[in-house]
Amino acid sequence: MRYEAVIGLEVHAQMLTDAKIFCGCSTKFGSEPNTQTCPVCIGMPGVLPVLNKKVLEFAIKTGIATNCKISPYSRFARKNYFYPDLPKGYQISQYELPICEYGNVEIVVDGEIKKIGITRIHMEEDAGKNIHEGGGNYSFVDLNRTGVPLMEIVSEPDIRSPLEAIEYMKKLRTILRYLGVCDGNMEQGSLRCDANVSVRPLGQKEFGIKTEIKNLNSFKFVEKALEYEIKRQIKILDEGGRIEQETRLWNTERGITEPMRSKEEAHDYRYFPEPDLVPITVEQRWIDEINESLPELPDKKRHRFVSGYGLPEYDSDLLTSEKPLADWFEMAVSLGGQPKAISNWIMGDLMRFLNEDTKTIEECPLKPKQLVDMLKLIENGTISGKIAKTVFQEIYKTGKDAEIIVKEKGLVQISDSGAIEKAVDDMIAKNPKEVERFKGGEEKLMGFFVGQVMKLTKGKANPQMVNELLKKKLS
Amino acid sequence: MEFSKEEVEHIASLARLSLSEEEKELFGSQLSSILRYMEKLNKLDTRGIEPTSHVLSLSNVMRDDIPGPSLPKEEALMNAPDHTDKFYRVPKIIE
Repeated sequence: MRYEAVIGLEVHAQMLTDAKIFCGCSTKFGSEPNTQTCPVCIGMPGVLPVLNKKVLEFAIKTGIATNCKISPYSRFARKNYFYPDLPKGYQISQYELPICEYGNVEIVVDGEIKKIGITRIHMEEDAGKNIHEGGGNYSFVDLNRTGVPLMEIVSEPDIRSPLEAIEYMKKLRTILRYLGVCDGNMEQGSLRCDANVSVRPLGQKEFGIKTEIKNLNSFKFVEKALEYEIKRQIKILDEGGRIEQETRLWNTERGITEPMRSKEEAHDYRYFPEPDLVPITVEQRWIDEINESLPELPDKKRHRFVSGYGLPEYDSDLLTSEKPLADWFEMAVSLGGQPKAISNWIMGDLMRFLNEDTKTIEECPLKPKQLVDMLKLIENGTISGKIAKTVFQEIYKTGKDAEIIVKEKGLVQISDSGAIEKAVDDMIAKNPKEVERFKGGEEKLMGFFVGQVMKLTKGKANPQMVNELLKKKLS
Repeated sequence: MEFSKEEVEHIASLARLSLSEEEKELFGSQLSSILRYMEKLNKLDTRGIEPTSHVLSLSNVMRDDIPGPSLPKEEALMNAPDHTDKFYRVPKIIE
């Protein structure tokens, strides 16, 4: 039987505030353990939390950017459970009346646009960090992270494949980074996700029984864990078994998901409205103000790149994935470069060089103007497209301009018909057998001849002229 | 409404309390009488009245995003039943 996966993601994003959500402790990452806590965040009796206004603003920003409805009235709730990283014995979160609801984002898969619904976005506090290694019969707890503000972004079960899940995660990360509300650093845990997964026979409307995979903290793990879990569920169903509704963990070393070993009473969180915090009301005027302050968002930018520059969806999606990258592209276009040519150079050699050096576009040693100047040299016939690859690499390595590199290295394209004719004649003289075969009808040898002429001219001959001369001489 | 023994045990275990048989009996009947009182309140007609989640008629009490001083590590750790010089120490959580 053929099956279809149904996936929903709960993404946790740490917000880029300076202070924690309900107290004045710093949110700085990587400080000495237990040096950024106070009576409020470690839950001493009698203290009162007070909401950090920026947290609310960031949540609203994210809501607007994901086409959510911003709730005019919202409140916090207590989620009760015991765990050593949760000093109060409850997490302040939102349950009914979250700050944002009913949104969506667009993803591009195989060049097609697909909308993924967002059920809700709510604000909550992060828990501390447990350290299990090297303690014998003990675990250790660092509460610096306790109370760092989080947004939980819950998707609709609209995702149908691991690839779509990755694209959705990437899109959220892009949006959060455009907005400056989260750094999106998955290695440091500032962006992580839980995945709800089920499978159903293709064509069936009802959902299958789902499992939840907790704490996936890289795009690769999201993909691998989902692939594994979908296969596992299909195998069980094919063998006539039943899926157990449970929470599972991704085991990186073994490459499998396993049931979480835990005796906790099945999710009995006893939510109730948080009595220590007053409700939140959001006036339309404030939403409008925030809306006006937003930068152009990735989806809008992507649409504009398609319609304004005539780029394919694929190019536009990639170029708008980081705002600085989109800015680099637009700078090059504004300097007179042809958009698709610029896009090709960015997506090809430039991205490859940057990846190899683990550099961001902001650290790129090659400036937009240098690319545009090089493109002009191609256009006016000074260098060939092939030589341009060498020139491009030299600009990247040395920071010198294309014109200087071309002069220094003698890379000017040979467009002198006399010189090219001589190379063509030399080539014909050197390869009499091939010429014979060509004349006998083996036309695909033309590629070989062009290659030989280019070799003789060290790649500098104008390819178009080589082609024309060859045709003339060999016919 | 009366609390069954199982319900009392469930609530006790959620609260990490271990109760003797006598206590289960005692707290069960006390919880039941609290619920019976709530039943009385449930008889009031509250149609058209917004549920109250907070006794104060305030909203939007907020602070600015300005970090302040935290507790010295020693003071933060001193009330814990067990700690090292850097961490809270608890029985091993994961095998």
